[in-house]
Amino acid sequence: MKALLQPHRIVMILVAVALVLWCAVSMQWDWIPKYADLAFLGLWRTIWILVVTAVLGFLLAIPLGLAQAIGPWYLATPARMFCTVIRGTPLLLQIWLLYYGLGSLFPQFPWIRSSELWPYLRQAWPYAVLALTLSYAGYEGEVMRGAFAGVAKGQVEAARAFGMPRFTMFRRIWLPQAIQSALPTLAGETILQLKATPLVASITIIEIYAVASRVRQDTFIIYEPLLLLALVYMAIAGVITLAFRWLERRVPTRSV
Amino acid sequence: MEGLVEALGLTSTFELLSLSPPGWGGNLLRGLMNSLQIAFGAFGFGLVIGLFGAYGKLYGGPVIRDLLAVYTTVVRAVPELVLILILYYVGTDLINKLVMGFGGERVEINGVVAGIWVLGIVQGAYATEILRGAILAVPPGQIEAARAFGMPPVMLMRRVTIPAMMSFAIPGLANLWLIATKDTALLAIVGFNELTLETKQAASSTRAYFTFFLAAGGLYLIVTLLSGRVFKRLETWARKGQPSMRQAKT
Repeated sequence: MKALLQPHRIVMILVAVALVLWCAVSMQWDWIPKYADLAFLGLWRTIWILVVTAVLGFLLAIPLGLAQAIGPWYLATPARMFCTVIRGTPLLLQIWLLYYGLGSLFPQFPWIRSSELWPYLRQAWPYAVLALTLSYAGYEGEVMRGAFAGVAKGQVEAARAFGMPRFTMFRRIWLPQAIQSALPTLAGETILQLKATPLVASITIIEIYAVASRVRQDTFIIYEPLLLLALVYMAIAGVITLAFRWLERRVPTRSV
Repeated sequence: MEGLVEALGLTSTFELLSLSPPGWGGNLLRGLMNSLQIAFGAFGFGLVIGLFGAYGKLYGGPVIRDLLAVYTTVVRAVPELVLILILYYVGTDLINKLVMGFGGERVEINGVVAGIWVLGIVQGAYATEILRGAILAVPPGQIEAARAFGMPPVMLMRRVTIPAMMSFAIPGLANLWLIATKDTALLAIVGFNELTLETKQAASSTRAYFTFFLAAGGLYLIVTLLSGRVFKRLETWARKGQPSMRQAKT
């Protein structure tokens, strides 16, 4: 609180408040009630996509990291190649490759068209979820590799000396410590994932960014929806930061 | 099944990717050149912003420091796509107001310049943080010694701070360069003809989606891997004279 009360900060806060008030008064906001329902739907979809792809991607990243850290070469090489390819190409290209490429390939096979999955495969969201999951896994696999390699060797040796079975050792000792050391990076990667979600608007998924674009196209109001959109993303990023800080604090660490 | 074999058959692929007009290879390469041009420009512009930003954050007054903190926080929390749209509209509006203020006609902004401007501002926020960290990692005694010799600030920056911080900054800057090359793909959404958009146009007019998207992926990957090599060279060069950790261990 004391830091906020330095004179220059008070002036800056006043300027910021004045700016917000000026925006609220002089800009056009009358479109909000009309689009509010759609905006909430879009917001819900953004959060849904973010959570699902981050969780699935993280689950995929664990074997990827493990394969690179201790796997034999026939597992480590493909895992490393996967991470390199994902990290070396733009996400937009990956999304379009999956959506347009797979989407144009599937109809050629009659057995896919007649399968029960077909109604889903004709929609856009499975491709969006797949692309974002693979992307998150690719970036996270690299992080987990470092985290797995960084767990103190004595911990694993101690577990082995107790006669712990390999899987129990992995579940109780190795994985928790690796995740703990990767948590700060995970927070950053999750915010990057949030910032990647608007790309799925380009394959016809109506999430919050697409809603803002529609407002712009319908009403020719440019700045207001974009500013509000930026504010929404900043709020979600803030929530992610707080959530990870809470997670980090749950793990007791020796304070230095 | 025949369709798949034909799609995987290499003769048609080569025809599609050939450089002369029936093939689309020339378009892809033109798109790649555009992408690289923007990536270079944005990276350079971002470095300049980053250098000033880092100095402002480290040595600036309280107001400058707080403003820079707002800049880096906002840019890193808002999706690049949204920033690109906002900055694109703000940039064109400002320039048009300026030009019309001088009695000129409404102008259409060059795509390359607009791309460099918007991506450069995004890159600047990340570069600020990277360079700030690198400057902090320089042993303070070196800077103090230069000050004690009465070196003027600009010369100190040129002769001491920048060379000494290079080895700390290069890994982060290498990452930033890769982000720059990949972020150019986002300009496809605002309709700029860089590699990804060229690819999509080629793919949707020939319906050979896999061929073109994989080819473009290959091009991006080549750029990534080559830049990895270059940055590794740069890092060895920047580290020359520093004791190697690897030798110290044995």
